[in-house]
Amino acid sequence: MAQRCHVATRKGLFTLERSEAGWSIRNVGFTGDNCTLVMHDPRNGDLIAALHHGHFGVKMHRSRDGGLSWHEIAAPKYPEKPADYVAKNPVEGKAADWSLKLVWALAPGGADEPGVLWCGTLPGGLFRSGDGGDSWELNRALWDDPRREEWFGGGADHPGIHSICVDPRDCRHITVGISCGGAWITRDGGQTWQPSGPGMRAEYMPPERQYEPNIQDPHCIAQCLADPDTMWVQHHNGIFRSTDGANSWAEIAGAQPSTFGFAVAAHPREPGTAWFIPAVKDEKRYPADGRVVVNRTRDAGASFEMLTRGLPQQHAYDLVYRHALDVDDSGEVLAFGSTTGSLWISENGGDDWETISSNLPPVYAVRFEKSA
Amino acid sequence: MDFTAVPTIRFTQNIQRHVACPVRAVAGGTIREALEQYFSLHPQARGYVFDDQSRLREHMAVFADGKQIQDRGGLSDPVAMDAVIDVIQALSGGL
Repeated sequence: MAQRCHVATRKGLFTLERSEAGWSIRNVGFTGDNCTLVMHDPRNGDLIAALHHGHFGVKMHRSRDGGLSWHEIAAPKYPEKPADYVAKNPVEGKAADWSLKLVWALAPGGADEPGVLWCGTLPGGLFRSGDGGDSWELNRALWDDPRREEWFGGGADHPGIHSICVDPRDCRHITVGISCGGAWITRDGGQTWQPSGPGMRAEYMPPERQYEPNIQDPHCIAQCLADPDTMWVQHHNGIFRSTDGANSWAEIAGAQPSTFGFAVAAHPREPGTAWFIPAVKDEKRYPADGRVVVNRTRDAGASFEMLTRGLPQQHAYDLVYRHALDVDDSGEVLAFGSTTGSLWISENGGDDWETISSNLPPVYAVRFEKSA
Repeated sequence: MDFTAVPTIRFTQNIQRHVACPVRAVAGGTIREALEQYFSLHPQARGYVFDDQSRLREHMAVFADGKQIQDRGGLSDPVAMDAVIDVIQALSGGL
């Protein structure tokens, strides 16, 4: 069972620890600064934090003492855009700016490749570090694929990679999720890439293009660690699931009050279990009827339980961003945080929730420390 | 005429909590040359003022002897040998 959890917010990074008395905030880092993402590396205990300083740009920091001290490390850097570069297929009429806008995904590489980190960004570049974040290199195979130019922003001004799933059986097999660019897969460590198979559906596109893999808007992709071919997607358009390593997707209907949302967590051992946090789609984005609920399926999406015990059931307008829900190694401890600064933890798979705080800054990401 | 005079660069106080940017005399006939020389001496400061395409960040501003530079894109504004260059941030609002 997890003992520590890190919460990235608009005004700092909060570290929670579990004691006999329960969970509480034990440390605050980067107080007042915009911490957009945090990653714990189970291989060596490193913490990586992404900050967006606005005027001063995106920066990365690393801690090797559990978050007590931090040192700035390199931020991903896009290569110089060739002077004669002409975009061939930009959906929105202009080529993506070759410049880092936001760090939107961080993931450790495989257990057998210490030091390897992956970083997804806006405007759509995937970066790899081989030295724990001291340096980063743009994955040119994905960036230079002409189909990448067809990606477009989903709510942001730029497309971005928000999900990185490294197959625990084979670290060369990586699936990334893009808003809006669907899911892309490499099986050779990033040398070649292909869009995932069909099945995701985008209502917002013209009818003849709604099933194109490269225009989908998966809000978040989560992988079952014990059965990595099982992947769950909280999509702009609903919930989708794959049982063949993203070669195909099946839409899952029926979750109430909606199938719209941003976050998804996959049970690490039970491929039929996942959690979602629904919201009113799609421009308004708040909990239906002002009730915060978590939807859990234990039967691969055939049915959903709406979990509410301990969650506010009236006049709550907490939206949960895509990285702001996590489940620990055991599959029993979950945590999520909201745009209005609420943070809840459950130690029984979501049946009961405890409010840790209702007064945090807007929460961007929640990440448990996990074992290798 | 003082033939030993060289431009001096000063940075906004706001940047100092992120990265030390001491006042420094630099060589350079243009704003870019002066900034590039400064960043060669203080490489950590570069990413706070320039983006990854070596462009002046959107909300950074550069003044030479109290006048805002004209060429934000190319930073080609000439600087006098005894110029004082100020690098500041626009204090616009936000959450």
